[in-house]
Amino acid sequence: MSRYLLQRLVLVIPTLIGTSLIVFVLLRLLPGDIVDILFGGDPQVNQQTLDQIRESMGLNKPFLLQYGEWVGGLLRGEAGVSMRTGLSVSESIVRSMPVTMQLAIMAILFACLAAIPMGVLSAVRRNGVTDLITRLVGLIGLSFPAFWLATMFLLISSTVFRWVPPLKWVAPWEDLGRNMQIMIVPALLLGLQPMAVIMRMTRASMLEVLGQDYIRTAYAKGLRDRAVLAGHALQNAFIPVLTVIGVQFGALMGGSVIIEQIFSLPGVAFFLLSGIYNRDYPVVQSTVLFLSLIFILVNLAVDLLYGYVDPRIRYG
Amino acid sequence: MVSPSATSEAAALAIAPPRRRSSAFLRSLRRNPLGIAGLSIIVLVALVAIFAPLISPYGPTEQVARRLLEPSPEYILGTDEFGRDILSRVIYGSRISLYVGLVSVSLALIVGGTLGMAAGYFGGTTDTLLMRLVDIIFAIPSLVLAIVIAGLLGPSLTNAMIAIGIVYAPIYARLVRGEVLAVRNQLYVESARATGVGHLGMIARHILPNITAPLIIQTTLMLSTAILAEAALSFLGLGTQPPEPSWGTMLGSGRRYMELTPWVAVAPGIAIVITVLGFNLLGDGLRDALDPRLRGSE
Repeated sequence: MSRYLLQRLVLVIPTLIGTSLIVFVLLRLLPGDIVDILFGGDPQVNQQTLDQIRESMGLNKPFLLQYGEWVGGLLRGEAGVSMRTGLSVSESIVRSMPVTMQLAIMAILFACLAAIPMGVLSAVRRNGVTDLITRLVGLIGLSFPAFWLATMFLLISSTVFRWVPPLKWVAPWEDLGRNMQIMIVPALLLGLQPMAVIMRMTRASMLEVLGQDYIRTAYAKGLRDRAVLAGHALQNAFIPVLTVIGVQFGALMGGSVIIEQIFSLPGVAFFLLSGIYNRDYPVVQSTVLFLSLIFILVNLAVDLLYGYVDPRIRYG
Repeated sequence: MVSPSATSEAAALAIAPPRRRSSAFLRSLRRNPLGIAGLSIIVLVALVAIFAPLISPYGPTEQVARRLLEPSPEYILGTDEFGRDILSRVIYGSRISLYVGLVSVSLALIVGGTLGMAAGYFGGTTDTLLMRLVDIIFAIPSLVLAIVIAGLLGPSLTNAMIAIGIVYAPIYARLVRGEVLAVRNQLYVESARATGVGHLGMIARHILPNITAPLIIQTTLMLSTAILAEAALSFLGLGTQPPEPSWGTMLGSGRRYMELTPWVAVAPGIAIVITVLGFNLLGDGLRDALDPRLRGSE
């Protein structure tokens, strides 16, 4: 197990380097920088001044040097300062990331808690009414954009129930009850689409496993339904489901950018979007890299869980 | 001497097998009511898009009445914050959604499919390098990447399509590579190679036809994802720009007036749901009809 763990951990590093390179190059290849955004339309600023500003911001340095400075800073735990506000990017990420992470984690938990039992039930009672209903719920979950449902929720809650979510965000460790009041609806809405995807995968994977010979054998030796499902079927059906859960976590981080905007939550969304509008390189590249790091770590955890669920992978 | 009728008979024989295959596929799809429902929805949306100028009561960007009017016989879905007819805008919006879906998914298919084909067909270092690149792009949450690319290219419909196409290309790369690996060592590929078929002929005539089923399924489902992504980008202000009637843009700008005039935000949302549901239903139906593994278990 430790060798497997080590191999997986080592693979994280080239992926992270690749991700940082792609984000870095992408930002500089695409047209415009912060100086264009801030002073581009101003006729009083001449080219010489623009160059001076670029010089002072370090935008004229060779790309390799800029990349080196960024990565060097990251290794020291410093993600640079925002070109727009002069605030430390690390501090901003540390301040906003808990909101996004809480949202994503709650959403994936909701999704799994609803999806896995529904998928199993749907597969076991194949073609029955339960199956039909869960499949429809799955399709609806896939087809309703979370940002529209969120909009509709706010509309109904404010016009019908005269309820608006509290404006000021409270950390869960400060006041859990109040925090839940703010977070539970956004997390539920955000979790709807992953729920549909995970449910469909659970169903498909269970159907495949239930057709296997060893399931017939398990029934033939007189095991009860529950024992066959829990002991034999679910464990074998779980690997593709785990993969999908890992992938969905990435989708959640993108989706939360939109949900945060709608519910005015102080997560990374605002920070990232304003960084993009202003071509604020340190903000965008560090935030995207950080989101990717979390996604990579989640998938690493999924990889490690494979070994736990399926011993063949551990020794393979 | 070969008579003309014999040639046409030979031609008929030559095309017989695919025809039989496609009719089996149609029969299989016909047995699948949800798939048929999906296909009907898409045909309907496509018809609405094609005949938009004929069926929409007003122009999509035309100011026809007072702003934020309630739904009435004259303006069935009411008017928006600029006094434009919402029904007409929703009708014209179908054009943008289908267009975005088709263009961005084609882009993803061409870029990703070519990379996946190269990786799977040539193997070796090409494969390793391309798949490492794909792994790295996969490590960036896709919607985050799409937001970054669309935002930096500058908010516009074209740039949103480029962003969506780039972000979803790796999915095709992986899919095509896997399928090519599965057929690459089949006997018919080997025998074709023995008869001296070149790389391009091999890919076009022997490999591509045998991997189309999963590509069709993936493309149908991808269209729904792309339409949702465009709506999300436009909702954030990074996609289609006003006054163009994109459903996402309408939702994003209507949101501000929603408490007074809920219809502004309801209609475009329902349009998105119906269209996306159509593609999802059809994708599921096609999967049941085209995937032999599932067909066998029915």
